Parts: sequence; structure tokens; C-alpha cells
Amino acid sequence: MSTRPLPHPNADTRPFWDGCAVGELRYQRCDRCGQVQLIPRSRCAACQGTALTWQRSDGRGRILSHTTVHRAPSEAFRSEVPYVMALVDMDEGFRLMANVQGGAEPALAIGQPVRIGFVDVDGTALPIVQRLDGEGA
Amino acid sequence: MTMNAFITGAFDTAVGELPGSSCMGLHAEAALGAVADAGLTLADIDGVLCAYSFTEPHLMLASVFCEFVGLHPGFCAAVQAGGASACIMVMQAAALVASGQCRHVLVVTGDNRLTGLSRDGAVAALAEVGHPQFERPFGISVPASYALVAQRYLHEFGTTPEQLAAIAVEHRRHAGRHPKAHRREPITVEQVMASRPIASPLRLLDCCLISDGGAALVVSSRAAAADARRPAIEILGAGQGHTHEHIVAAPSLVDFGCKASSAAAFRRAGVAAADIDVALIYDSFTITLLVELESIGFFERGEAGLAAARGELGLGGRLPCNTHGGLLSYGHSGAAGGMFHAVEAVHQLRGSADARQVPGAELAFVHGDGGILSAHCSLVLGRR
Repeated sequence: MSTRPLPHPNADTRPFWDGCAVGELRYQRCDRCGQVQLIPRSRCAACQGTALTWQRSDGRGRILSHTTVHRAPSEAFRSEVPYVMALVDMDEGFRLMANVQGGAEPALAIGQPVRIGFVDVDGTALPIVQRLDGEGA
Repeated sequence: MTMNAFITGAFDTAVGELPGSSCMGLHAEAALGAVADAGLTLADIDGVLCAYSFTEPHLMLASVFCEFVGLHPGFCAAVQAGGASACIMVMQAAALVASGQCRHVLVVTGDNRLTGLSRDGAVAALAEVGHPQFERPFGISVPASYALVAQRYLHEFGTTPEQLAAIAVEHRRHAGRHPKAHRREPITVEQVMASRPIASPLRLLDCCLISDGGAALVVSSRAAAADARRPAIEILGAGQGHTHEHIVAAPSLVDFGCKASSAAAFRRAGVAAADIDVALIYDSFTITLLVELESIGFFERGEAGLAAARGELGLGGRLPCNTHGGLLSYGHSGAAGGMFHAVEAVHQLRGSADARQVPGAELAFVHGDGGILSAHCSLVLGRR
């Protein structure tokens, strides 16, 4: 029985999670100043404007950092350890934190190109980091 | 330069596993101890600042504390900024006394995080600082967040896990000189490297303790400091830096708000990093201290780990750092963890640090960081 914390979309983030549900990774760009938002919000973090337009990402990025977690933060993750988390800088300029499909092997490298897929967790589609074919194998 | 604010009283309770302790009981013991240390009575206190609690959480913790201990101050508020809380409370208290709004402000922290919550409970409660939508669904924890910083930092600057381990070893050596420290038995680099992995590259002994304990200071105006029984410690400078809250939204994994906070504190104090005699810097993980030492300018990039391995953070080293043993070995009781650093600075500047005294210490640097290197506050303290 899993009690994994799942996202509860709000007005600021619903388009992101709706996108995940249909296999589409979305991010926001400010119409006024062009700033890509690191994570979804309803006001631009650079100019505070409200004209943020959702874009469709190609789902490609590079590993900014990663860690293999051995100590679960809660009971819900105890059966998952060891699991790998990564921060990914996406080619379009936004950022994702997600788990890495397949775990720690083959070894991940900082700067390694990856793509984002989706995985169903208790009925919710979460982004997941996937190695490119032939990378790090 | 001056901020027209002085520390007149300081006290910390026992730390470690304290069966029978409570959050408010620890607050009261620390508060009464600090007030007595200053030679004052509770009636002299006209301002109160508290932080937060995991075991007795409340929307209005400062009001809860005042009710508990029987205080009716003219100013009362709680500050919640994680590990930066203690330093921010001191900075805020300094502003209250310098502006004439208060004469003596009590800043008090404490929590029975170990006996009141259990290790699993504390780890789970801390993990809730992760972003509810963009971090927590993936199993983020505070150690995992710092591990993401560590992995990147080691990659960029060539620091090794063994160098991080040397930081833990030196902290345990410091703690061995403090009779109240939670963990005093010496450790070696090999033992740190053999301790169980938590979130790579961090191992158990790279992580702070979870302890029960409390600590408090009295901050007084220039005029009111004359009421106190001891020579006051002057708050010479203070500064803050804030770049993000969640690590997923951090603008950088190698540059953080400690750069701005320390630069502001040094500028206000009219001193430089090289002038500091003893440093008390937040060490929630070995990587936390390493990043801060290099970002603040005590060491060049990539040099702090080497310096730690050479013993330069030890007593008699180039920068004696966390002479009480820090969060890694002295103890970590929530907001009180950061306050232990400030209390140790007072001991050092008073010359009352016994076996861990830095000879002739006149200038101390105290730094706290909250979140994932998110909120930073730096203080420069001096002997009057």
C-alpha cells in the first residue's frame, strides 16, 4: 500500500499536470520579457508579468546533478530505495526534478543528455528521466 | 562601525537525548538561564522572539512561550527561516533595540526533536520542506537535496568525499573538548567513509545529529547593556541573502545567499573575512559548511576540503571553526541548532570556552542557513 505524496495541481500548475497526463511536457515562457520559468507559476519571476504562455517541450535536457537515495524520507518510499533523483536542465531553459528510470546503473554523469518520459504512479502521470539509447551503457 | 546592539546574556541547556524534556520546558530553561546570565530578571525583558517547533508546532509559538513562562512583553513574534532562524532572530532583535522599540530582547529556541519525534519522525517532518508538486512526489528529503548540491559541487571544484569526511572528523575532535556535546567519541575519515550511505555522496557521518536541547540570548540596547552584570558582546555587523526556497528552483548549485549575507555583515562591521578569529558556521551536512566556507571567502574554491584535511578548521588552525562541535557533533535541535553556534561565539569572545578557547579571540563570525542553502544570515560579533 502506497501513500506516496502525489501532486495536487492548483490554478498555477494544472496545465503542467494535465500535460503529463497526455504525455506532453509543458513549460512557461513570459510573453512580456521572454523569460522561461524554472518551475510553473502564475507570475513571471523576472518581470512579474502575468502573461505566461504554456509551451510544449521536446523533452530533452542534461543532468545538472543527481543522487542515489538510500535513506527514505517516509514509509511510502521505503520499498523504493535505493532510488535515483536528478535535476535536469531542459534544453528550453526550464528545470525538472524527477526519478531516473532504471536506477543508478549504468552510472549517470553530470552534463549527460537525457530525455523525459512519463510513468504512472497510483494513477498520476509523473515525469521520469530516461537515458538516451547508447548513452552511459 | 556598530549596529548599536549588544549580547548581554547567553545560555544553552544540556543537549542530546533528554527524556522528560519538552519543547516549552527547554525554551523556559534556556530563557531563564540567559536572563540570569545577564544579571537581569524576566521583568526586564520587553521583547521576545521565538522560532518554530516540530514537537509542539503552533501558529504563534512566541505567544505560546510567553503564556507558558508568564511573560507579557511589549513586542512578541516568531521567526521561521529554518536554520537561518537563530541568526535572523539576533539581527531582528538588534534592530528592535537599536531603534529604541525595546531595551532587552529575549531570543529563545528549543525543541525535544529526538525524544519527542523519533529519528524517522524528524526525517519525515523535514522532508515536508520539499516542493509539494515538483519535489516531494519523487522522494525528496533534506539530505537528498544537499546531496544534489554536493554532487554538483564536487564535480565542479574537485572536492573529494574524503575531504568532506575530514570536516566531520574535525567537528568530532572539537566536540570532544565540550563536556555537553551530544557525540564526543573520536571518529576517523575511514569510519566516515564506511558509515552507511544516506544519499550519494553523503553518508551518515556527513549528516548532522538529531538532538533535544534549547538555547537563548538576551540582546540589549547600548544604554540597557549597562544594566547587565557582564561585559557585553557587540553585534558589529549583520546581513542576509535569499536566492530561492526549493532546490529545484535554485538559480545556481554552487553560488548561494551566504555570499551576499556575509558581504553585508563584514561591510557593516568594517572587517574582512581574514580578520575573523573564530567562525561558527551552519553545518547541517559536511557539504553545507564546505560550500559556505568557500562562498563566504574564508577559502578559495576547491580549497576548504584540503584545508579541513590539513586541520586548518581545528583549534590552533588557520580558522578554528565550530569549536563546540557544530550540528555534526555538538547537537541539532531545530532552531536551537543555529543558536548553539551563537552561544559558542559568546563563550569564545568572553574567553569562557575552557578547553576549546581560541586564545585572544576578539572577532567571531556566526552564520546560519535555512532550507536548502536558501535563506542565509551572517553576524559579526566582537568583544567590546
